[in-house]
Amino acid sequence: MPSHEHARGASREPWDAGRAAGIIAEHAHREGATLPILHALQETFGYVDGEAVPLIADALNLSRAEIHGCLTFYHDFRAEPAGRHTVKLCRAEACQAVGADALHEDVLRRYDVAWHGTTRDGRVTVEPVFCLGLCACGPAALVDGEPVGRLDLDTLADALTERAA
Amino acid sequence: MSITLYLPKDAASLALGADRVARALTRAAQARGLDVELVRTGSRGMLWLEPLLEVATPEGRIAYGPVRPGDIESLLDAGLAEGGAHRLRIGRPEEHPYLARQQRLTFGRCGIIDPASVEDYRAHGGYRGLEAALAAGPAGTVEAVKASGLRGRGGAGFPTGIKWNTVMLAQAPQKYVVCNADEGDSGTFADRMLMEGDPLTLIEGMTIAAVAVGATRGYIYCRSEYPHAFAALETAIAAAERAGFLGADVMGSGRAFHLEVRLGAGAYICGEETSLLESLEGKRGIVRAKPPIPALKGLFGQPTLVNNVLSFAAVPWILEHGGPAYAAYGMGRSLGTLPIQLAGNVKRGGLIETAFGLSLREVIEDFGGGTGSGRPLRAVQVGGPLGAYFPDTLLDTPLDYEAFAAKKGLLGHGGIVVFDDTVDLARQARFAFEFCAAESCGKCTPCRIGAVRGMETIDKVLAGESPRENLALVTDLCEVMTDGSLCAMGGLTPVPVMSALTHFPEDFSGRGAKLPLAAE
Repeated sequence: MPSHEHARGASREPWDAGRAAGIIAEHAHREGATLPILHALQETFGYVDGEAVPLIADALNLSRAEIHGCLTFYHDFRAEPAGRHTVKLCRAEACQAVGADALHEDVLRRYDVAWHGTTRDGRVTVEPVFCLGLCACGPAALVDGEPVGRLDLDTLADALTERAA
Repeated sequence: MSITLYLPKDAASLALGADRVARALTRAAQARGLDVELVRTGSRGMLWLEPLLEVATPEGRIAYGPVRPGDIESLLDAGLAEGGAHRLRIGRPEEHPYLARQQRLTFGRCGIIDPASVEDYRAHGGYRGLEAALAAGPAGTVEAVKASGLRGRGGAGFPTGIKWNTVMLAQAPQKYVVCNADEGDSGTFADRMLMEGDPLTLIEGMTIAAVAVGATRGYIYCRSEYPHAFAALETAIAAAERAGFLGADVMGSGRAFHLEVRLGAGAYICGEETSLLESLEGKRGIVRAKPPIPALKGLFGQPTLVNNVLSFAAVPWILEHGGPAYAAYGMGRSLGTLPIQLAGNVKRGGLIETAFGLSLREVIEDFGGGTGSGRPLRAVQVGGPLGAYFPDTLLDTPLDYEAFAAKKGLLGHGGIVVFDDTVDLARQARFAFEFCAAESCGKCTPCRIGAVRGMETIDKVLAGESPRENLALVTDLCEVMTDGSLCAMGGLTPVPVMSALTHFPEDFSGRGAKLPLAAE
């Protein structure tokens, strides 16, 4: 259901500068268009290719440094594709209060991955997130943009299976 | 005979399986040849009962919860359509003690109506506030907000009416209304619940503000961690446009208001209003020095009214019922109602909207039923990651801006996170620095460098390395960050740190590296 970057990784298009230029042109007239453009590119390609930086800078009459600055300032934007599924685990206090830290250690061990890393088979990328607003039903996660509450290793595995179906 | 059922679809209910319940329900109804209309609502905010399924009966709605997909057959067998007896039956939700004791002014419709329907919204009193505002005119509207005593619900508590007045009086070719929906504080979810469960209340509040201050364009800056809220806002804005409540001619008044929702990109600092404006302008979310204040020089240098979701959402009720009616709730200089969010390790977490003045203990024990784990409560963090950790002895503090400030805490956005006795406050203090280091915009030195040095120094304390000297250093560093930071990020990070040190000194006694302090 969510329309932006959380959607499933498998449906991404390969990077294509022409296609990117078209997306940029669609949004270039908007006030403060940088973030909408970066979101749209990431939604389409799964990441924002470095080649997009001069394209955006030209379209918005900004410097490449300004676009690069934006791209790297915000945690959401990726410089390379993620795995087929993205798991965002909430590391904030309300989830800590219900054992999130210990759970996260287990998750990273089970999937043999580090924060921001992708499993060797390219299936799952695990990212930290600070608060999903699911603070009364933690530990919480977003699995490909779909919320999961009272998370444990089993419910995470179920959610991943469900997303793959 | 058609049965009308209500089931939430807000992110928390979905996280607890609401869609699976909906699918099981649809399947079972088909198999039994039942004519079921399933309305997807927001959440009422009793989160331990989600997914909460309600059925319309002649006696009003009857609720059942928490419902699992496997409960559907037995619910239908028990006569769900007539509100029949079942072990999950909780009766009329508004009579549940958790809701009956609340004063739901802002959240009156949340969990009841279809959030995408302007018709349903109007049938439940929606847009009466805008009608009143159009009749009262800009000055009369600002007067009503002033009289309500409403203070910014985002955390700073600045009088809303005064801000509105400043923007109204500013002269400029273009003014903006901007909603800060970057609810990044852990333990808070009221903005999300409202945006998903009753987005038109926020939209109406912003429209009233636009008419009052003379703005024709507005933005809602919604955090990307809330994809469902973003989608709900887009749907509701489109519906309001179609119905003539947004666009070139708002409610036939001849006034234009164009509203757009924009997505953040995972930066906590963008909850700070000047950083948010930079982000909306398409730049890095770097904090601006004030003055100039955004009310005079905000988005694209134009006069801009920036308010939190809950501040805007309080306004329709205030305009409909009058400022004094709102001010009749609350205590001291904290007037009206506060949507409290009870979270963390608590038995009955959820949204509690009541007049200011309840004590923390009443909220946690009477509403919350104590810790979820059943272990003794040890600490409570109020007001998000920049809020203080309070011990049990401070639980009688009333929820009031000034009372919290007097105890060196802050009410913030009204989030309460409960911890049981397994919490390690030295670790929480370290996390406060770690979070600040990860999320600092980097513009000012006390925040950018201080957070990193603070984290390192606490690590030394925990490793047993000159703990007394290093704690003195932490205290000194906290003073510098408090006095020298440009915004609340660096300025308030010392609040959780110093409260942990003050109230839980035993946790800082240098036990060696007992705990794995996993850094990101």
